[in-house]
Amino acid sequence: MFVNGILLLNHTNRIVIIATGSSTCAFLYDSTATDGINGSSVTSKANKKTQVSRTELITKSMQEFVSKEEEASKESSQIQYSNISGSLSMALCYIQRVLRGPLPHPQARILCLQGSPDAPYQYISVMNSIFSAQRNGVVIDACVVGSQHSAFLQQATHITGGIYMKPPQPDGLFEYLMMVFTTDLFSRQFLQLPRPVGVDFRASCFCHKKTIDMGFVCSVCLSIFCKHHQTCSTCGATFSRSNSTTVTGMKRKAPGS
Amino acid sequence: MMDMDEREVPLQLDFEDDGVEEDEPMADRGAFERQYADERSWEELQEDESGMLRVDVAQQQRQHRKRMSAMAGPRIQRGIIRYLFVLLDFSRAAAEMDLRPSRMGIVVDCVEAFVREFFDQNPLSHLGVILLKDGIAHQLTDLSGSPETHIRALRSNMESTGDASIQNGLDLARGYLTQIPSYGHREVLLVYSALSTIDPGDVMETVQECKKANIRCSVVGLSAEIYICKLLCEQTGGMYSVATNEGHLKELIMEHAPPPAAQAEMSVASLVRMGFPQRGAEDAVALCACHREVKMGGGYTCPRCKARVCELPTQCHICGLTLVSSPHLARSYHHLFPVSPFEEVENLASANGRQSLSKSCYGCLQELPTPGGKVKGVRLECPRCRQHFCFDCDNYIHESLHNCPGCESNSVILSQLSQ
Repeated sequence: MFVNGILLLNHTNRIVIIATGSSTCAFLYDSTATDGINGSSVTSKANKKTQVSRTELITKSMQEFVSKEEEASKESSQIQYSNISGSLSMALCYIQRVLRGPLPHPQARILCLQGSPDAPYQYISVMNSIFSAQRNGVVIDACVVGSQHSAFLQQATHITGGIYMKPPQPDGLFEYLMMVFTTDLFSRQFLQLPRPVGVDFRASCFCHKKTIDMGFVCSVCLSIFCKHHQTCSTCGATFSRSNSTTVTGMKRKAPGS
Repeated sequence: MMDMDEREVPLQLDFEDDGVEEDEPMADRGAFERQYADERSWEELQEDESGMLRVDVAQQQRQHRKRMSAMAGPRIQRGIIRYLFVLLDFSRAAAEMDLRPSRMGIVVDCVEAFVREFFDQNPLSHLGVILLKDGIAHQLTDLSGSPETHIRALRSNMESTGDASIQNGLDLARGYLTQIPSYGHREVLLVYSALSTIDPGDVMETVQECKKANIRCSVVGLSAEIYICKLLCEQTGGMYSVATNEGHLKELIMEHAPPPAAQAEMSVASLVRMGFPQRGAEDAVALCACHREVKMGGGYTCPRCKARVCELPTQCHICGLTLVSSPHLARSYHHLFPVSPFEEVENLASANGRQSLSKSCYGCLQELPTPGGKVKGVRLECPRCRQHFCFDCDNYIHESLHNCPGCESNSVILSQLSQ
């Protein structure tokens, strides 16, 4: 229903749906690929038929994907994380392809619907995707339907300028989606949208994984430590005992600038 | 291009008439000439039946990949915390109009784009600008981490007069660069338009002192190759390139934005103390330390002295602690874990015994070239996940995204990487 709503708002709107599983990601639906079915019908009866076929298409491909996922994950019993970095990368590659095509270019947005918790080993890849999206002007919105907040998506929406929302009542998901995420970027300034919660930008140290607000950073590989070590565990560089950062003469000279 | 052919004939016949430059073998010529030495693209043009030019897309893509792979090296230690001085030549030679709108104009445009890209790729680094004009070096902006300061100062100082002096510029830069902490990599980028340098003393001594101080000097020339610039770059381990047109100039300047390979003498690692401030609430009122004004909302609090600063990354004005946020550090992580280069799949053989090649690119669903198909081009494969990608996705992945979608979507590979 949500997909139909967006496609109805403007005839040039296009949607691509990508599914994220714990073992793989796949493109589920691309509105431009099935344009041949939708475009030519004129009568209302035929319209109803094409709308049904779009929903059917999406549900069919989702069911195929879910059954493949179930087979693949039968062996493992630990917490499954979803490969959000994989689908973000696929979405960004697709957006690049659209931006290489003929003008006028649509305004690109990514909406992430996430239920599972963040995978800590995906931190670097997710940050790479976020920076690439920021550079290309792609806005990432997030709607978290899981039980806990997602720090990755909070940072993604803050850096790219999108909306982060965790609906208090997941039953009313359609209403949240239609009210908040359907509007294009220009119209957003006129609407009262959910305000951003405080984003936690503190880093976590590589040795204990606890969040710190002051730490030591290796100058070679930028790994973060909470206390002074003799060698860096990531790059193997050895550190000398004296490493205090002093305020240099330049800064002392001009306090007012 | 025609000159190249004409010049080669005299090389073999008479050695007495031509100047010293003509005797040099092909290998000593500039990079832009070497590039055409074995690929004479004008000889490969073919016409079809109606007289229109036939373009071989696959060949073009392969050449582009060859050029790109020559620039990217293996996984090496890079200097991530950089302190760079940009020396701009604003002498009389910069007012020449051979590059549109003028050499100075195009240089300022390119340097502005370079400054933004530099802070994008090296968020912990500092940059300063020095102008060379009237025979002296003026420091335009101090070493700082905010791109707007430099761009604003550059735009308001666009006059070119007098002569350029490399020695004065390097001495001034060296004076500032010797004061920075030891873990920082010292660099100088000189954008030089003049053909000579007017110096008060011996510029060779300055070159030796820069070498002793471990400053890596690179030069981008606009007019011609100059011996002193070449010597400076060779002695200090920098890169010397000369631009042939506006597009080439921008490319050459942008090449200095990613962190360079760290030199052996400079690989002194140290643990730098840094703070990760929290963002203040939207309705907090505080006195900010950078502007000395009352500010509403936002802002970051230094974890050591609790002073408020307006933006990151910066150095706390009260206690001197470097303040960064984790995304700033994450911006440089892709240099540590780069994506392995993709290999080309030979269309004729079936890949790895699989019966059917995938029809569309894994990243963007674009149609991939198949033997006998309509789409022309190269088909690329990631060595780790064995997924196929198109040429444009390959460019995007290696230049901007730094994630292979195939490897990221494959949990087996991901669990290997995380161990």
